[in-house]
Amino acid sequence: MFPTPIEKTSRSWQLTYQGLLPLALITWLLPLIAVAIFSVKPSGDFTMGNYWGAPSSFEGIVNYTRVFTDSDMPRYLFNSVFITVPTVLGCVALSAMTGFALGIYRFRSNLFVFFLFVAGNFVPFQILMIPVRDLTLDLGLYDTKTGLVLFHIAFQTGFCTLFMRNFIRALPMELIEAARVEGVREWRIFWFVVLPLMKPALAAMAVLVFTFIWNDYFWAVVLTQGPESQPVTAGITSFNAQYGVAYNMLSAGSIIAALPPVMMFFLMQKHFIAGLTLGAVK
Amino acid sequence: MDRTIARKSWYRRNEIAVTPWLFLAPGVLFFLVYVISPIFQSFHLSLFEWNGLGGENNAAKFVGLRNYEELMTDSAFEVSLINNVKWLVLYLLAIPAGLFIALFLNQTVTGIRLYKSLFFFPFVISQIVVGLVFTWFYDPRFGLLNEILGWVGLGPVNMLGDPDLVTYGIIFAGLWPQTAYCMILYLTGLNAVDPEQIEAGRLDGAKGWRMLWHVILPQLKPATFIAFVVTIIGALRSFDLISIMTNGGPFGQSRVLSFYMFEKALSEYGFRMGYGAAIAVVLFLIMLIFISYFLWSMYREERGH
Repeated sequence: MFPTPIEKTSRSWQLTYQGLLPLALITWLLPLIAVAIFSVKPSGDFTMGNYWGAPSSFEGIVNYTRVFTDSDMPRYLFNSVFITVPTVLGCVALSAMTGFALGIYRFRSNLFVFFLFVAGNFVPFQILMIPVRDLTLDLGLYDTKTGLVLFHIAFQTGFCTLFMRNFIRALPMELIEAARVEGVREWRIFWFVVLPLMKPALAAMAVLVFTFIWNDYFWAVVLTQGPESQPVTAGITSFNAQYGVAYNMLSAGSIIAALPPVMMFFLMQKHFIAGLTLGAVK
Repeated sequence: MDRTIARKSWYRRNEIAVTPWLFLAPGVLFFLVYVISPIFQSFHLSLFEWNGLGGENNAAKFVGLRNYEELMTDSAFEVSLINNVKWLVLYLLAIPAGLFIALFLNQTVTGIRLYKSLFFFPFVISQIVVGLVFTWFYDPRFGLLNEILGWVGLGPVNMLGDPDLVTYGIIFAGLWPQTAYCMILYLTGLNAVDPEQIEAGRLDGAKGWRMLWHVILPQLKPATFIAFVVTIIGALRSFDLISIMTNGGPFGQSRVLSFYMFEKALSEYGFRMGYGAAIAVVLFLIMLIFISYFLWSMYREERGH
């Protein structure tokens, strides 16, 4: 292990390290801690100039309730859910198939198709912006959740294919060979042999795509425009316009908006990290 | 009856050749429609002057390379381009910073798992929220930054209001989640470092820096590669932070190409689709340099197997 395990070092460094850890963490998360404190303060504190002191009274419940009752926030949250969940399902379905095709079969354009997905996944959004917006308008899907979902599925398929294909490549090919010798049809190999083995990879991908899409802002402003279909990231900006100086409300709103991916991360941590390393770092 | 047998046997005979294409079809189709063909459409559009509206009076007009010529003398484009370079260079600091934190946290004391998760936190939350948080942090009236500067007798600075500082302020905000990402990559990588090699290194008298440089870092190469890829992409994609923190200001000094393109094509500054597409093409070409390098590295890796 590197660096030297702490239990093999001098007593004084051990103590220093134990003390340093929480200190470092607090410094690192200071901006978030500030927001958390902001979100439970009464509005009066801000007008009085009490920004960084202790809250003069605990208004957490009031503030968080108001976010749900006095704003479009619940609507934006629902939109986010209805954009994110179908996208995740679509990506999982499509990339399980593309990953299977590119990971198992050897055919001439295999690597070319694979690199097409990888390259497409890296392009700047702006080169797609105008044509995708026009396409969405032409399909009559501008300012709808469906329009956003379709694009997200397509774009994320690039990343997901990269991930699934690399995962499938690492599976033992003997299993597939054995099934073929038994005369098992190819689609049944996919369904009964490969798919069950892909479960951890699919889970990793699902949490990751969930986070990416939940946090997307750019496509939300390009393809949608009102509380009717915009997700919570775009909602926060209009919330910002509405409650600009009500820092407590804005903080509470931000925390609520940030919560789903945070929970996802804590619940599925192992999968999440496996996904982030693109399956390349084991 | 005969025909069904014939068809079946054709499929049976070609099953291995046909199946991958059947499985690829939906994914490839989606990707071609929404990702690959728009790239070419943008190239095409960049040769036109078009306000994005339909109807006869608003038809796109072919102008050749005029949009690109205009870019050459556009000072806002120049500012954006220079800012993109700043982003690229400074964003890379996330890699050593992430490595540093990973080394700090790579211990087995009680509760370390929770520490690792909490350090990773900034990456999980939306950049919009990160942007808001840092806007308050920098706020000239009440921001924590000026409070802290005040304690040591410095400041006050108006980070986001100062044309010379604004880009650095936003990059710093962006480094926060990006460092967390690199940290997790290195933590995973450190897990897989071969203990025997470390032992061998120790016997050879390697310690600290020398050990890190000669024994550990070579083994972390895959993690470094991915950290490099995601950081470059992240730097060139920066949009959310700028949009929420400054909206390109003050005086357009915090624009980058991705933001400027959006502004030209879709915001209140007008609907110049062709000109926007030309900016996007320039950004794409910059990215293409890196994409080619990534693909080349991956290709070598594939051949190596």
